[in-house]
Amino acid sequence: MLFRNITSPHTIRPNDVTTIMLRVILALVPGIITMIWLFGWGILINIAIAIVTAIISEAFCIKLRGRPIMPALSDLSAIVTALLFAIAIPPLLPWWQTVFGMAFAIIIIKQMYGGIGYNPFNPAMSAYVLLLISYPADMTSWVSPIVLNENPLSFMQTLAAIFGGLVPAGMTWDSLSGATPLNSLKMALNQNQMISEIRTGPLWQGMIGGYGWEWPSVAFLLGGIWMIYKRVITWHIPVSMLGTLFLFGLLFSLLDPEAYPFGLFHLFSGGAILGAFFIATDPVSACTTPRGRLIYGASIGALIYIIRTWGGYPDAVAFAVLLLNMSAPIIDHLTQPKVYGHGSKK
Amino acid sequence: MNNTATNSKRQLWKFHGGIHVPDNKEQSSRNSIEPAKLPSCLVLPLKQHVGSAALPIVEIGQRVLKGELIAESTAFISAPIHAPTSGIVTEISDALTPHPSKLASACITIKPDGEDKWIDIAESKTNLDELTLDSLAEIIGNAGIVGLGGATFPSSVKASTKNINTLILNGAECEPYITCDDRLMREHAEKIINSAAIIKRVLGANECLIGIEDNKPEAIAELQRVVSKSGHSGIDVVTIPTLYPSGSEKQLIKILTGQEIPTGSRPTEIGIVCFNVATAAAIYDAVTSSRPMISRIVTITGDGVKRPCNIEALLGTPISELIAQAGGYSDSAEKLIIGGPMMGFTVETDQLPLTKSVNCLLVVSESEIPTAGPGMACIRCSECASVCPSSLLPQQMYWHSRAQNLEKAEEYNLSDCIECGCCSHVCPAQIPLVQYFRSTKTAIDEYNEANAKNERARLRNEARTARLEKLDAEKREKSRLKKEAMQKKKAAAAAKAAAEEGGKTPEEEAIEAAKSRVAETSEASKPRNTENLTAEQQQQIDQAEARRKADSAEPSSASEEK
Repeated sequence: MLFRNITSPHTIRPNDVTTIMLRVILALVPGIITMIWLFGWGILINIAIAIVTAIISEAFCIKLRGRPIMPALSDLSAIVTALLFAIAIPPLLPWWQTVFGMAFAIIIIKQMYGGIGYNPFNPAMSAYVLLLISYPADMTSWVSPIVLNENPLSFMQTLAAIFGGLVPAGMTWDSLSGATPLNSLKMALNQNQMISEIRTGPLWQGMIGGYGWEWPSVAFLLGGIWMIYKRVITWHIPVSMLGTLFLFGLLFSLLDPEAYPFGLFHLFSGGAILGAFFIATDPVSACTTPRGRLIYGASIGALIYIIRTWGGYPDAVAFAVLLLNMSAPIIDHLTQPKVYGHGSKK
Repeated sequence: MNNTATNSKRQLWKFHGGIHVPDNKEQSSRNSIEPAKLPSCLVLPLKQHVGSAALPIVEIGQRVLKGELIAESTAFISAPIHAPTSGIVTEISDALTPHPSKLASACITIKPDGEDKWIDIAESKTNLDELTLDSLAEIIGNAGIVGLGGATFPSSVKASTKNINTLILNGAECEPYITCDDRLMREHAEKIINSAAIIKRVLGANECLIGIEDNKPEAIAELQRVVSKSGHSGIDVVTIPTLYPSGSEKQLIKILTGQEIPTGSRPTEIGIVCFNVATAAAIYDAVTSSRPMISRIVTITGDGVKRPCNIEALLGTPISELIAQAGGYSDSAEKLIIGGPMMGFTVETDQLPLTKSVNCLLVVSESEIPTAGPGMACIRCSECASVCPSSLLPQQMYWHSRAQNLEKAEEYNLSDCIECGCCSHVCPAQIPLVQYFRSTKTAIDEYNEANAKNERARLRNEARTARLEKLDAEKREKSRLKKEAMQKKKAAAAAKAAAEEGGKTPEEEAIEAAKSRVAETSEASKPRNTENLTAEQQQQIDQAEARRKADSAEPSSASEEK
């Protein structure tokens, strides 16, 4: 009798990459549904464009590299990148910008570095920053949330806007779009308005963040907590990142409540929650040691606050994440855990 | 990270990481240990232990009795082999053994005569009270006892250490499926406890801790019962949480004492000796009845055998016959694993002998234990680091192993890897991490070996150059002295002539003559290391001389060319 020869351990493996990616996608679903409700069909159309572009780009590169296509696609990592990118960009962004950004993310940032596991930068955030720098006007005009928008676009109208640059009769691009809470805050502060004054505006009637804008963040928070429960991610990065951001917000708003918004506003008005649970935790580009992850998350939180408050951009999750992606290897190197039997404990 | 156990006053510690895996022990733990049938033949590898292989002292055709020494220990770290039953030595040659390398190694084959006749055991009847460190180690060494947990380190080495505070008996048995220690503890608790008491006393240890995972309540209860009945003091049966790999020596010591064995050291260096419970039982047999190690208990389990069980079998018994005793293979038998699922290795054939290291034969189907998928790219999730019981960073070790960057791999403490398999188990990309680590460890060993060789060659060459230079210098010195003597002689002759001419007194002449005589004889009587040379040495010197001449000739000829 000839038996099969395989290497140890001989166990049923509890984890696989596809399941991890699938769980990330599932955790995103509540937030995505909330965003579709809040900002209309544009979110869904962007997701479709991004996914199609991501799959085609990924398949193209894998074929060029002479590797089997199906195993690479079935890990679902390209779809996770596409989802994160599609919900980060404005809902009515011209379709070709979405395609350009997504192709850049997969081809240049991911595959040219060696594909899954090898990219030093987060692909979705790299593409976001590329578009933000290349097309700042398009990238900063968001659709007003449904709670502030009396005439939301229908599905067909949204399609026409994204693919044809057409707005319905009687409307203009300006009337369709509005500034994000962080953007309007920045503009108002630049005009020397006081926080108490700014907070009387319609965008500011939310319970914990920007009016309407707070709900996707709440949904992403729930998804993120579920991911920690399912051990898809660890608590280190989200907790240290959001904690630092909140502490900075709290500290400065206590120092001067008229010049700096309160701490919770920072968490729930921009991309902080999404970034903390879904983007900064991207294992490939993040730190890997427990202490390293705490430093990594805290640094991102601090950078977000610094760039938002004193920098040129209203939100800063993408910049902060990319800057820390660069620092991850050295942080990992300096935060190696003490190995069993090496040195005394105390 | 201190954690007080609920069922014992004793404080327990935690090691980093570890995994929970289905223990699958109930299949084989239900029934008592069965004696094995007398096998058709016995194949005994000369190396069933860590260290040097044993040296055969029997001849082909020789009749041996059960318990007779057939191969003797060859070094401090080595173990002898005894005949497991009476019979005829039919072969001493290479045969396949249960080893991951799948290479054949030297074995003694015995054809049993069916009488199972014991050798006359010298009724020395060791007086237990007079047992010393040395005599205990000698008994253990002569009995060929090695660590039965699977590591097969010769127990005599451990038993001969001084300054031991803590004796630990390892009954954790953390590997899934394996139940041989569980059954042994349930059925032979007295033996284990008595052995613990003997070893503890001889080593002079303050306490003996018996660590058992809490998934073996019957074994714990039985040992505790025996301890309280026996009245031995300082023996504590400690229940530890079930968490793989708590049965690994390093991890068990951490759990029970909070201490870590410094890297590259043995537990004895921090005053701890650790024996597997089965080893302790074997030591008891050797001490009390001079029984050498000729059998062991082995678990035969998995859905690939019809009747999972524990069998006490003679060493050398063909695995195929053991499986047959366990009801034979079921239809779904696809993999034969030697050892447990976490650290065991597959073999392709069952035509292999049982050795001292084999604690489990696991026969499974593809559905019970599926083959892991092809390895994908690492996504750097660090699950491996979070389960590593040595707090290593397997992911980084993997990068450097793949890149064959041995230095970097060592920098990440690859040598501290205990190859427990936790990292491979949790890896979502199904990368065979442990396999990478094993092969890189081997590569590092080979590299260090080659380096050491180069270093030896360099030292040899330096010594040779120095020796040649010294010879050369001696030769020069000799010719200088000769010259001086010649000059003196000449001077003496000249002085004599001058004296003859100038009229020296006879006294002066006599003094001169005596002086020159002394000078000559002292010169001649000086020992010379170039005398009494062997032909070989002389040849070497001549060669060196020729080379030297050639060397000194070369530059001049070169300058002439210019």
